[in-house]
Amino acid sequence: VAAGQNVCVFCVFLQQRNLEGYVGFANLPNQVYRKSVKRGFEFTLMVVGESGLGKSTLINSLFLTDLYSKDYPGPSQRIKKTVQVEQSKVLIKEGGVQLTLTIVDTPGFGDAVDNSNCWQPVINYIDSKCEDFLNAESRVNRRSMPDNRVHCCLYFIAPSGHGLKPLDIEFMKRLHDKVNVIPLIAKADTLTPEECQLFKKQIMKEIQEHKIKIYEFPDTEDDEDNKLIRKIKEKMPLAVVGSNVVIEVNGKKVRGRQYPWGVAEVENGEHCDFTVLRNMLIRTHMQDLKDVTNNVHYENYRSKKLAAVTCNGVDTTKTKGQLTKSPLAQMEEERREHVMKMKKMEAEMEQVFEMKVKEKKQKLKDSEAELERRHEQMKRNLEAQYKELEEKRRVYEDEKANWEAQQRILEQQKLDASKTMEKNKKKGKIF
Amino acid sequence: ISGSGSTLLGYIGIDTIIEQMRKKTMKTGFDFNIMVVGHSGLGKSTLVNTLFKSQVSRKSAGWARDDKIPKTVDIKAVSHVLEEGGVKMKLTVVDTPGFGDQINNDNCWEPISKYINEQYEKFLKEEVNITRKKRIPDTRVHCCLYFISPTGHSLRQLDVEFMKRLSHSVNIIPVIAKADTMTIEERQDFKQRVRKELEMGGIEFYPQKEFDEDMEDKSDNDKIREAMPFAVVGSDKEYQVNGKRVLGRKTAWGIVEVENPNHCEFAQLRDFLIRSHLQDLKEVTHNIHYETYRAKRLNENGGLHPISSNDTQESNL
Repeated sequence: VAAGQNVCVFCVFLQQRNLEGYVGFANLPNQVYRKSVKRGFEFTLMVVGESGLGKSTLINSLFLTDLYSKDYPGPSQRIKKTVQVEQSKVLIKEGGVQLTLTIVDTPGFGDAVDNSNCWQPVINYIDSKCEDFLNAESRVNRRSMPDNRVHCCLYFIAPSGHGLKPLDIEFMKRLHDKVNVIPLIAKADTLTPEECQLFKKQIMKEIQEHKIKIYEFPDTEDDEDNKLIRKIKEKMPLAVVGSNVVIEVNGKKVRGRQYPWGVAEVENGEHCDFTVLRNMLIRTHMQDLKDVTNNVHYENYRSKKLAAVTCNGVDTTKTKGQLTKSPLAQMEEERREHVMKMKKMEAEMEQVFEMKVKEKKQKLKDSEAELERRHEQMKRNLEAQYKELEEKRRVYEDEKANWEAQQRILEQQKLDASKTMEKNKKKGKIF
Repeated sequence: ISGSGSTLLGYIGIDTIIEQMRKKTMKTGFDFNIMVVGHSGLGKSTLVNTLFKSQVSRKSAGWARDDKIPKTVDIKAVSHVLEEGGVKMKLTVVDTPGFGDQINNDNCWEPISKYINEQYEKFLKEEVNITRKKRIPDTRVHCCLYFISPTGHSLRQLDVEFMKRLSHSVNIIPVIAKADTMTIEERQDFKQRVRKELEMGGIEFYPQKEFDEDMEDKSDNDKIREAMPFAVVGSDKEYQVNGKRVLGRKTAWGIVEVENPNHCEFAQLRDFLIRSHLQDLKEVTHNIHYETYRAKRLNENGGLHPISSNDTQESNL
């Protein structure tokens, strides 16, 4: 916006004035707090790493819930052929504050023999969430705008003790502009303290060499906090151990892993950096992660997307074409869309109706044919019966005729016989 | 040995042949070649050093620790002569840096397969010569230790592919690396799952069932097969535990003792590999794997022609 000479001059000087009484806007943070608590918070955490690095266990330990339990095994327990991106949502409540936590897992990452482009599904997922948010933001009706963008990506490095693998470097290079990447050393109880130090140094060296931008903790004005932050920065990348199994050590109950040579305690700062991670992720920097996602990564995505659309008139990318028009035009667009949708639904319903009618007609025809057939058959039956009867009658008639003929012959014979007897009588041959 | 056994009427001295063989072996010494395969960071070099209680791996041979992972699989062989109790052994450790480390690991087993076959080829050429050397130098790989990553879930695709393709040309002994990552229960579960997967994939690891010669062998080997793959931890540092100096790894919560059977199965692997089956490994390599290769080669060319370098490539399995 080219600043014209009409800029209000009063805005340039901001004097701090002393108040002469209690006004009350010091209560503003409380109001914000109350409103946020009512609304609840959302946080999306993505975990990436080869299988068997303890990602699911760490998530369970961080949030002290069994997101992945024996009954609902995490994606790592199932066999997968290609990289999947799976999300699970869980609602956690603590002290009246509600958190909708979304965990995005990437089973199959780095497990195949050929892992080229195994980061692509991850990138696609992150981009699609940003796109959803962009579209939701650009709509005219913005009442519900769920924030599903990935706020933080925990990348698990295998504890080889040497350095980063080519896959690690490739992945982080491609994702450091899209999401906050926090590298972690997984299964840190494999390393002795010296090995761990060397490993961390080596990793940070390689990260700087390849110019990978991992999440940086912002400096605050408070000196105390700055000291803490510097301490955390020295420990990067954090070496973590996860466990939800409670073991008794010296009378205390702690979460840890039981080995024959000792117990590795999860929450012991000397054993691993789990508490540092938890405090940083949840207790102090969750909001900052969300802010950086919104202000930096999302803005990067948005400006790239919009630049692509305004550069060439023809939009070759997959946007829904709603981004550069004014609200009125957009409303037109939406109305047209709605009308089209209605038309389509109508057409569909017509089709369905037609189909149903055809079906019914067919059914009726079928039953008609059936009845015809039956009728025919009955007729034929009757005819057959009739013929049979005729046949029988004829036979009977024949028999009758025969019998009568026979009778006549018999009669004739009798007559003849009596006639001859008479004759003989007359001739006096009978005594 | 046919013929009726006749009872001996006095002591002849046939049994001294064992002593004679022993003396001969001590004089000539013997070769042993072991290959280690697995992606980087699994403790291969450390384990080999621990097994032979000396700095025999590629790293310790003064080669600078390559920070760059090689783009293709390299084959690096380092030889040392070890002596113990008057017996000399020429140990060659063949390392395979770069295996499984790339983003695309397709066919990363090929250089290894080629190397193994090249050693067979070398031996075959020597055997086929008209004037043969008195003792043919044996560079054939007698044993291949394959390192399985302790994910706790199952074998990776690459593991299965490699072992399937190479179990018929070399003795493969799978080991679970960095076993101190897992608790005892996790280890048992993982072992069972791995064994099942090996069975399902038809992978015959050493000691192979089909080569058990008699009942005694079979029962010994069965016990070993039940316990494989061994979950091992390697270390070349010593610490004081209960007044003894032991090899181990010191963590903030305890010391992992490498030779303690309650902590890991290193001792079992060492006994199996070195103290009981070393000679058997060599014999199986010579009598079975090498013979298979030889038969294939002789059948291919229809005879023992001078073998050029092109042919070596064809004989890849």
